[in-house]
Amino acid sequence: MRFVDEYRDADQARALAAKIAALCEPGRTYKLMEVCGGHTHTIYKHGLEDYLPESITLVHGPGCPVCVIPMGRVDDAMHLAAREDVIMTSFGDMMRVPGSNGSFFDAKAAGTDIRMVYSPLDSLKIARQNPDRQVVFMAIGFETTAPSTAMTMLRAASEGLSNFSVFCNHVTIIPAIKAILDSPDLRLDGFIGPGHVSTVIGCRPYEFIARDYGKPVVVAGFEPLDILQSIYMLMLQLSSGRSEVENQYSRVVPWDGNLVALRAIGETMELRPYFEWRGLGFISHSALKVREKFAAMDAERLFSVPGVRVADPKACQCGEVLKGVLKPWECKVFGTACTPETPIGTCMVSPEGACAAYYNFGRVERHRVPEAAVVGNAVAGNAVVGNS
Amino acid sequence: MTTGDTRQGPGAGGGWIDEALREHDHAEALEAAAPARPEDPAGRPVLPVADRERQVLDRIDRARRRRPRVREERITMSHGAGGKASRTLVEAVFLDAFRNPQLEPLEDAAELSLSGVRTALTTDSYVVSPLFFPGGNIGDLAVNGTVNDLSVAGATPLYLSAGFILEEGLPVADLLRVTEAMRDAAAAAGVRVVTGDTKVVQRGKADGCYINTAGVGLVSRDVQLGVARAQPGDAIIVSGPVGDHGITIMLARGELDIEADIVSDTAPLNGLVARLLDAVPGVRAMRDATRGGVATILNEIAAAADAGVLVREDDIPVRTEVRGACELLGIDPMYVACEGRMVAVVPGDSAGDAIAALRADPLGADAAVIGHVTDGPPGIVQLKTAFGGTRIVDLLVGDPLPRIC
Repeated sequence: MRFVDEYRDADQARALAAKIAALCEPGRTYKLMEVCGGHTHTIYKHGLEDYLPESITLVHGPGCPVCVIPMGRVDDAMHLAAREDVIMTSFGDMMRVPGSNGSFFDAKAAGTDIRMVYSPLDSLKIARQNPDRQVVFMAIGFETTAPSTAMTMLRAASEGLSNFSVFCNHVTIIPAIKAILDSPDLRLDGFIGPGHVSTVIGCRPYEFIARDYGKPVVVAGFEPLDILQSIYMLMLQLSSGRSEVENQYSRVVPWDGNLVALRAIGETMELRPYFEWRGLGFISHSALKVREKFAAMDAERLFSVPGVRVADPKACQCGEVLKGVLKPWECKVFGTACTPETPIGTCMVSPEGACAAYYNFGRVERHRVPEAAVVGNAVAGNAVVGNS
Repeated sequence: MTTGDTRQGPGAGGGWIDEALREHDHAEALEAAAPARPEDPAGRPVLPVADRERQVLDRIDRARRRRPRVREERITMSHGAGGKASRTLVEAVFLDAFRNPQLEPLEDAAELSLSGVRTALTTDSYVVSPLFFPGGNIGDLAVNGTVNDLSVAGATPLYLSAGFILEEGLPVADLLRVTEAMRDAAAAAGVRVVTGDTKVVQRGKADGCYINTAGVGLVSRDVQLGVARAQPGDAIIVSGPVGDHGITIMLARGELDIEADIVSDTAPLNGLVARLLDAVPGVRAMRDATRGGVATILNEIAAAADAGVLVREDDIPVRTEVRGACELLGIDPMYVACEGRMVAVVPGDSAGDAIAALRADPLGADAAVIGHVTDGPPGIVQLKTAFGGTRIVDLLVGDPLPRIC
């Protein structure tokens, strides 16, 4: 199939694996973080780690939109959904996220009117069909999904719809990356930059990572060869002592981002002073809320929500997993009490969550390809000097 | 920066969570007490990461083998999706209530001995939405599904019952289209609908028309079938491209603005099964791949046979249209329902004969060996991805496509 198979070619993958292994300094270990949950999913779904030498560890980052929603926000959403005059609408990923008293799915089974939608425009359609009820869209996601929420709000405004509103939980990626860089318990060598977020914000916002923290960043696509090539580009930078922002996903990501999308976000939403992230705690200026001008479409202004902070179950170590400090299987309840069918933490819910990806796809011993075993051939001082 | 009030979330009282934590601490203590390990400067034993990961995987394996319990307070759509929740429901509620030797294997049909005659009995209900879709309607499914459940049990399907639950307001013309389809499907499969029942419920209490069919057949061949009979070295065969029915239904609902030239694969499999059993009498097991798709059946094989299963993504036949739709929707075709495909397990040295026999029938023209039963980790299905990596294929958890049949 075009546009798919060429990015999953095993021969090219083996060639890249050999080049990556050749760039590894013998005796040195490398920790690379893939920021985006979509990358985590691809890595496990295609068994990409089979192509990496033992000395390269991929650390799964916080870029899974469902995983970072704190339990208190889920409870707030439940509170809204329980109102007789409200129809709650949500992406499918969100339906199984546990709040204090179960998930949207549980509430739906108990009779609450919660509907799954594929796009916020579907919520708008439901609003048109139910003029006597308030239709709330549970908006989640990074800069990737914020534009579609923004465009839907603009559409609702132009249609004069008065019964559509947004429960806004949009978050922004840069403060989260900064929090991880400032976190004392993690040493990373480089970042596989988020692809879809970058289609909106471009590559410039990552420049501080290379400049101020001296870590290379390569914005990557979502097919397995994209990720493997990005790792190769990171290894090239590391082996030559560079730290720059590079764009592997140039077929989709413009360097300056998507100005139309950014304008739509800017027109409808503004930064919150602070927002709680699951596992990462409160981060300043890390999330979006609906602007005053669109107050009539802000579910938090229309209805009061409890706004209570709810601590994670004490057994849950999602925070450490989200920061990359723990591998999913190192969490105490992983796979025994916390499974995709009975998730305790968010990382086990979304297919993009590191725990769910590992549980569903990776729970098996690795079969490393032979090409990934020969390390160090291209490192200065060794006999063979390889590719550039 | 924090807000004032913090409540304790759930889990504090979740019994199974505490249980898992106790087990974790117990395992850690045992592992720490084990002798003859290298130690770090502080005197604590240090295990290589791979070994620690292995221990966690073993612990998970033990947890998965425990008796299933339904933890939800109410039935959710996941319980009907054919994945993990469905299996838990069947084992923890139905098997628990009705346990007997005929039910226990949980095969597609039960085998009974009636006055010494080997007989197979099965039943299935159909709630597909929409009622009419490219390639068939609910009537075709209701006949073919039950015929197939009997066929893959090694039986010759003979007689069917049909129970109808009709919603007030259903157009009679629609009901006629359904019954005509049933008549034609029964004729094609060589079975008769010999008894039935009709109930009508108020508008809104059902969705147009639901059908239940039961079927009986005779097991006249000297075959012993069952997924538990699979052995390392056996070949796993699928009789044609997977996922056609599920994707057809999804597109027919019109909720996604995707159009594709796909029709349901609904078809009776009794002819195909007969060909296979004629050519390879030593067939170990057959299943028709409905809800939960081929992936679910592979997991059933691995679990029942307590063996490993290894399949190659490149070898699984999937139509380009189905693959394209699945890529767009983020669905794995291995989990998408078929209504006219079966998975067969045959001894490794019979794979060639089996493929030749299947391909001689138009319904099996694209039959392929997709993998093997192995002596790998028991109960685990591994996939060699087209990309060249390895991953596992687990039972489905969520419900991507409700009311598919």
